[in-house]
Amino acid sequence: MKLSREEVLHIALLARVGLAEAEGEKLGEQLSNILENFEVLQPVDTSDVPPTTQSIIRHNVMRDDEVTPSLSQDEVLANAPQKEENFFRVRAVLEQ
Amino acid sequence: MKYEAVIGLEVHTQLRTRSKMYCRCSTDYVNAPPNTHVCPVCLGMPGVLPVINKQAVEYTMMAALALNCTIAEYTKFDRKNYSYPDLMKGYQISQYDTPIGRSGRLTIQVDGQEKKVGITRVHLEEDVAKLVHRTAVGESCSLVDVNRSGVPLMEIVGEPDLHFPEEARQYLMKLHSILQYLDVSTASMEDGSFRCDANVSIRPEGSSELLAKVEVKNMNSFRAVFRALEYEVKRQTRAIETGEKVVQETRGWVEENGETVSQRSKEFAHDYRYFPEPDLLPLNITRTWVAETGAKLPELPEARRDRFVTEYGLSLYDANLLTSSKEMADYFENLCQDNKTILAKTVSNWLLGTVSAILNTNNIDMSEFADQVSTERVAELLLTESQGVVSTATAKSILEEMYKTGKSSSEIIAVQGLTQISDTGELEKIAAQVIQANVPAVADYKAGKAQSLTFLVGQVMRVTHGRANPRVVTEVLKKKLEEEGEE
Ligand SMILES: [Zn+2]
Repeated sequence: MKLSREEVLHIALLARVGLAEAEGEKLGEQLSNILENFEVLQPVDTSDVPPTTQSIIRHNVMRDDEVTPSLSQDEVLANAPQKEENFFRVRAVLEQ
Repeated sequence: MKYEAVIGLEVHTQLRTRSKMYCRCSTDYVNAPPNTHVCPVCLGMPGVLPVINKQAVEYTMMAALALNCTIAEYTKFDRKNYSYPDLMKGYQISQYDTPIGRSGRLTIQVDGQEKKVGITRVHLEEDVAKLVHRTAVGESCSLVDVNRSGVPLMEIVGEPDLHFPEEARQYLMKLHSILQYLDVSTASMEDGSFRCDANVSIRPEGSSELLAKVEVKNMNSFRAVFRALEYEVKRQTRAIETGEKVVQETRGWVEENGETVSQRSKEFAHDYRYFPEPDLLPLNITRTWVAETGAKLPELPEARRDRFVTEYGLSLYDANLLTSSKEMADYFENLCQDNKTILAKTVSNWLLGTVSAILNTNNIDMSEFADQVSTERVAELLLTESQGVVSTATAKSILEEMYKTGKSSSEIIAVQGLTQISDTGELEKIAAQVIQANVPAVADYKAGKAQSLTFLVGQVMRVTHGRANPRVVTEVLKKKLEEEGEE
């Protein structure tokens, strides 16, 4: 399956990855290859296999509603590229 | 041509769990310093493993059951992918095609008519981080507080069955009241733990045509929802009537200007790429679990309303008003319990009259009033009034004073000398003055105009600052006026 140039650019936008023209070409080919590899699975007859979203048989894994200590403020902010007044600082977002 | 509005509401409400949805951080962030209730899971670090909070699932089931929904036998969580700085992981763990509850209904009352509003779905997801917008000199930025990220959030999507802003307001108030009764959510519009978005469109009356849907956001009170919808329906009707087109878009309600404004977001359609959350295993909700959860449901507003009618002999109207707020209904029942000699109807009148007026004037809710004035103290006041120690008018001002000062009615009566005047001798003197000062009314009375007596009674009440016993005053006045007639 060959991805179109538009599809590659759309995926890049969704992933917030900036692509140079040449990179777009190259990644487009690589992504298409990956998809083609998966196409190997297409001929397998799965008509008797019920669809599932999980390959693990377990279900109902839950925990009780209990609080344990969180990280310290310093630890939380340790990897922040930019911080201000104990907040993460990011570029202004105006969209609602 | 006449147009009708088609309105559907989406409500997001935080659940009242102690810990977050997928991690064990505390949800008690409201007064916490920024970024102190945060761990690698809710911070969206790679390699972490979220785990479902069972209590949140049960709270959602309770709400779904109270809204007459069918509970899914199989449910799972899904990733909703989008990029925004309030979303730490780059996706929100939500539920896409297997909501915990679906196909429910909610009954509202508008103009004395019952109306059933469909509930499309009730699902569970997580709240996002809080953004604080700053504008420093020449540069603006956003500051991120991750404390709220991962707090369990329940989404309740209603069917577009509403046609008037008032119906929408009633739907929202009823939903709020049910959540209050269930005690699964703080459900406060003020602090943002109960948020509402609306989808609004208009169409020619009676048609089933689908027209451009406008999403309205940013409504922070029941009144704001009402006003925003009213504005939006008018705006769309005017647009169509003048041959403009209604654009499908998101608009924000601007409270100060009383209008909705287009939120021109960067024009690219949201592409959420939902897929099943691989870190969480699906849930099989057994019918036993549903039954056990159902057994935990408390008495809901409608059942309590009907019980108030049969048990206390209240009118349906009064019972409805009293039970729409759980706090108010609790206060009513405690008060009746505290003093069985006072009629329930009298207690109801006091709560819906004087107490509601105090709440409105001081812009407080029932719990704040209850903190200041206990039911025992109100019972004491009502008893004093029923025994004729103070008049009804005086009792009302005493109650206001009790709220303001936190004092008991007996203290206030003692200090201010507010005891009712029932002494005939004293009242006769005042009645004589009033008769002298109101010659025209006296003449009217003698000419057969019975209302003039009510006026004269009112004058005596005024002179005595409401302390006179109206029954005695009426007798005294009648007697005096008759005596005058004989002279
Ligand atoms: Zn956490």
